[in-house]
Amino acid sequence: MKIVATDRKGATRDVEGRDGWSVMEILRDAGFDIAAECGGACACATCHVYVTDGWYEKLSPPSDAEIDMLDMALAVEPNSRLSCQITCAPELDGIAITVAPE
Amino acid sequence: MSNPIETDVAVIGAGPIGLFAVFELGLLDLKCHLIDILDRPGGQCTELYPEKPIYDIPGLPIVTGQELTDRLLEQAKPFSPTFHLSQMASALTKLDDGRWKLTSDVGMEIIAPVVVIAAGGGSFVPKRPPIPGIESYEGKSVHYAVRKMDQFRGKNILIAGGGDSALDWTINLAPIAAKLTLVHHRDGFRAAQHSVNQMRELAAHGKINFEIASVKALHGEDGQLHAVTLANPEKKEWEHACDMLIPFFGLTIKLGPIADFGLNLTENLIAVDTAKFESTTPGIFAIGDINTYPGKLKLILSGFHEAALMAQSAFHIVKPNEKLRFQYTTSSSSLQKKLGVA
Repeated sequence: MKIVATDRKGATRDVEGRDGWSVMEILRDAGFDIAAECGGACACATCHVYVTDGWYEKLSPPSDAEIDMLDMALAVEPNSRLSCQITCAPELDGIAITVAPE
Repeated sequence: MSNPIETDVAVIGAGPIGLFAVFELGLLDLKCHLIDILDRPGGQCTELYPEKPIYDIPGLPIVTGQELTDRLLEQAKPFSPTFHLSQMASALTKLDDGRWKLTSDVGMEIIAPVVVIAAGGGSFVPKRPPIPGIESYEGKSVHYAVRKMDQFRGKNILIAGGGDSALDWTINLAPIAAKLTLVHHRDGFRAAQHSVNQMRELAAHGKINFEIASVKALHGEDGQLHAVTLANPEKKEWEHACDMLIPFFGLTIKLGPIADFGLNLTENLIAVDTAKFESTTPGIFAIGDINTYPGKLKLILSGFHEAALMAQSAFHIVKPNEKLRFQYTTSSSSLQKKLGVA
């Protein structure tokens, strides 16, 4: 599957996802500037991304823990998610996300 | 306490690796002073995931961040480490006698022949909202903590955030503020329920205002805020007059002043050798997440191993004329005496 990812400077490129991996892991390994301080435990909100409309609705809804943790993210929008909580899967092929400001 | 403090080893960071370093150094009779920016030991374990279970600590099939910290504190206790909390290691200088002087941001000084940097990713600092120009207001009308409440008396205050700090300070500052508004992006909070109830009560009685919105822009001059632009989730924007903004979005990790210690850094990590875990600057060691070497794995257990090897080398620097006797805690009565079990 493919992730269409835009960094904080506005540059967009395709990144190859791996089923079962989190989008945070894929972006971090691909060199995107994502702190992911807690390492994917939904405990720090430093892997915050915006999911492009149309794709946001296709994701399984955020857990209560993720909704709570987003309170600690900056510049939250209605399409905000924590990328450590999005799991790559074939039905998400082409998902477009933008790394949120820090 | 006298200033400067003279000791054997200054440890930067009181996370799990700094705490275990105290134990390993203690077995070799080396005394430690630790410095940490957080107000309690534990580092990321207690700040980020106190309640989350960790499954890969050898011998502890399941342990939370807080429990692991408590156990490491207990293990280090026989060696009576001194903690200097809520302060940041801000400068490191070499003295003429070959020792190091570590200075904190509140002026505390530790002089020691060995410095161990166990700082993880660096210092926990408040998250700064990405609002253009916010830096120019910081310290005057934008604050990330409430240190002196009087500073906020009679002010028109805007608190941003939805966690415990945002709620607690909304409740505590409401009686002394001229006007207080809490702004949060949703009508839900990551905070204790009784605080949320108290805030809603204050809002219902008109003692505070609560707005579902985010701060988009700041307006003012010479560091003094006059108003902010708020935007709600429907993208409607309006101006809100205020003269103090207190954003509460928790903490994030920045390398901080360690970057200016003159050490050999590779992508914000301190390069070390894998026999001593010493940086390329003699006497300065780096263990745990802050270091890098070929094959490095950022695991707590790697940091424990690094602490043990570091201690062996630190011994020779602190006590150059003494022979290091390698002993096991199971069989050595002298080690057992130090641990208070013999």
